[in-house]
Amino acid sequence: MGVKNIMIVGVGGQGTLLTSRILGNLAIHAGFDVKLSEVHGMAQRGGSVVTFVRYGEEVAEPIVEEGCADVLIAFEKLEALRYLHFLKEDGVVIVNDWRIDPITVVTGAAQYPEGILDTLKAARKTVVVEATRQAVEMGAPKAFNVIVLGAAARYMGFGKEDWLHVIETTVPPRTVEVNRKAFEAGYH
Amino acid sequence: MSEKKILLGNEAIARGAYEAGVRVSAAYPGTPSTEISEAMAKYDEVYAEWSPNEKVAAEVAIGASIAGARSMCSMKHVGVNVAADPLFTAAYAGVGGGLVVVAADDPGMYSSQNEQDSRMVARAAMIPVLEPSDSAEAKEFTKLAFALSEKYDTPVMVRSTTRLSHSQGIVELEEREEREVLPYERNTAKYVMMPVNAIKRHVVVEERMKRLAQDACTMPLNRAEYRDLSVGFITSGIPYQYVREAMPEASVLKLGLVHPLPRKLIEEFAAKVERLYIFEELEPVIEEQVKSWGIQKAVGKEIFTVQGEYSANMIRQHVPEYDGQAHPDGAGKTASGQAPLPPANVPARPPILCPGCPHRSVYTVLNRLKIHAAGDIGCYTLGAVAPLSVVDTTICMGSSISTLHGMEKARGKEYIRDWVAVIGDSTFMHTGINSLMNMVYNRSCGTVVILDNSTTGMTGHQDHAATGKTLKGEVVPAINITQLCRSLGIAHVYEVSAFDIDALTELFRRETQRDEVSVIITKAPCVLLKGVTFPNKCVPVPEKCRKCGACLRPGCPALTKNADGTITIDETMCNGCGLCEKLCPFDAIEVRPR
Repeated sequence: MGVKNIMIVGVGGQGTLLTSRILGNLAIHAGFDVKLSEVHGMAQRGGSVVTFVRYGEEVAEPIVEEGCADVLIAFEKLEALRYLHFLKEDGVVIVNDWRIDPITVVTGAAQYPEGILDTLKAARKTVVVEATRQAVEMGAPKAFNVIVLGAAARYMGFGKEDWLHVIETTVPPRTVEVNRKAFEAGYH
Repeated sequence: MSEKKILLGNEAIARGAYEAGVRVSAAYPGTPSTEISEAMAKYDEVYAEWSPNEKVAAEVAIGASIAGARSMCSMKHVGVNVAADPLFTAAYAGVGGGLVVVAADDPGMYSSQNEQDSRMVARAAMIPVLEPSDSAEAKEFTKLAFALSEKYDTPVMVRSTTRLSHSQGIVELEEREEREVLPYERNTAKYVMMPVNAIKRHVVVEERMKRLAQDACTMPLNRAEYRDLSVGFITSGIPYQYVREAMPEASVLKLGLVHPLPRKLIEEFAAKVERLYIFEELEPVIEEQVKSWGIQKAVGKEIFTVQGEYSANMIRQHVPEYDGQAHPDGAGKTASGQAPLPPANVPARPPILCPGCPHRSVYTVLNRLKIHAAGDIGCYTLGAVAPLSVVDTTICMGSSISTLHGMEKARGKEYIRDWVAVIGDSTFMHTGINSLMNMVYNRSCGTVVILDNSTTGMTGHQDHAATGKTLKGEVVPAINITQLCRSLGIAHVYEVSAFDIDALTELFRRETQRDEVSVIITKAPCVLLKGVTFPNKCVPVPEKCRKCGACLRPGCPALTKNADGTITIDETMCNGCGLCEKLCPFDAIEVRPR
């Protein structure tokens, strides 16, 4: 196989780092070469954040570039739209149906675009997940990111048991049960 | 048995130092270098500390080296400026135990005030520079840097960039090599840099760099990869990966030692390839030297920018020899051959202060009083943007206090009646204290606001001398900032809760009019700090709401305006700080227990 290019995008604080680490460990577990690239520092403070994961026989650059992503995992709708052009034409976007207004919208300097999900669907294969709502119902609002990951798992070519094994060994011990449940809810 | 692990570039640098037997590591946090020290702190065999600033960190490492131990200091690119004084002269003195300086540059300025190139500083300081291009090399080159440091009797810089420091890759872990501390011998000719000795040491430095440049031609870390000879790239670091990604058939001269350059090796490579590109992020450091040797066919900054980060797509778009054959997906282009464009009308999402951030409360008061702030480096630099719009200047660590002082001296004390300096607790300990001494000494009347959130916030919560805990987690006496300021002879030093807007209003009004220096320390821990809990939440009471928008003015991300003008507070985001409740004139927001 060639190199698989995954992007995880969202708003700083939504847990893109944890999600990418699960994916990175999974790729190693499967015997692949893997590289990840993350955002730390000021950009994390409620800003738009993007994490790249690449795995395959041999990986050179650690980033995914415009027009090269196989899977775009988005924890927020507007961020899915922002990075849509990174997807290959046959790539798939997994999007959490959740809206967080950027400060530019809060102050009235910009408008939150209408009909984002339709725009995504018209452009690329799109899977919509009600992850935040599901996570709140589960009583674990922070675990929405692993629900989204569960939905995306179908497009990344690893077995479910491998996913669960890696989640159990990557997340903090006391959150294993919640994250396991969250993954199952997304994967179903 | 060796173990394979996925490590951040920064963690790999720390691992390399650990395996090389490093004994002492010192640093001040700064993105993208911070995780080096955090990883280092986990090794019991290594003494690791947060120093108050990079100059101190460099001197700690230099002292440890003279004492015979392998030692390291790490910093972000602008920290190299702070440490420049000791580093330039350490190059003259040379080392006892191996001395490695890690400099992490930030092309693209993800979290920095400029994108200077540390290779330029290292050239000026006459310090050799190694540049790894992934996590595995980050570990390997750091170990090598210690060996070169001792072999050539010089500090050695390992240069990283954000992309390397914050990328993860697979690293093979090896055992630590335990090293005896070298016996100490008094050697004033080498370690006392007064003119009579320094004059001789400068000669040594020149000879050392010449010898290194010669040896560099046969060092395995400089590697010519001959493939298709019609196109060749000279490159190093992360850009090497972009070349391999975009044009895997091209020949590459991969430089691991980027200063001094292996001239013979470069001339050989240049002669063998038909067309020659020099692919280096930021300044044309390699290019200018190569061209100065008469290699005129080299192409670099004519087509590649000096700004920001590079990419494989940059090669695909700018190198005429790229034919797209190498990439099965025609990466970086759509089926019609166009570069994919970002969608239009996507509002920007810049970073903002967190919900419940104490800085928002202080800035809200300053904004209402129409007070300008000379700003500094930290999360609170975000007070420059709307809707808070309080911070007017930000230059570097510690500059807020001294720039305010300069304004007063330029335009008189009446001019700064509606100004304050704002600085965080960690930044104050870094270099702010020096500026405050100057204010006292030179009879300023400025008002200094120390935003004390008990941590180094923006870099991800590191301790410092006023938090009472070390990098290793030991509990130590905390330096008391209030007493420190008073000890300078400042009579007007006040501590106030960052959320007491009435007290803040009164203090700002009164102290800015005073003809003496005053210091206002606003206190409340960073909401992201471990152990900070949020017993309350803010809840709107829509029937009392008069839709005035006062609560929305500070720009808290937990609040959104509904279509009818009332507000919603996102319970998952709200930290219950109560700022919106205090700002509401109609009691239409309540603070309730969670």
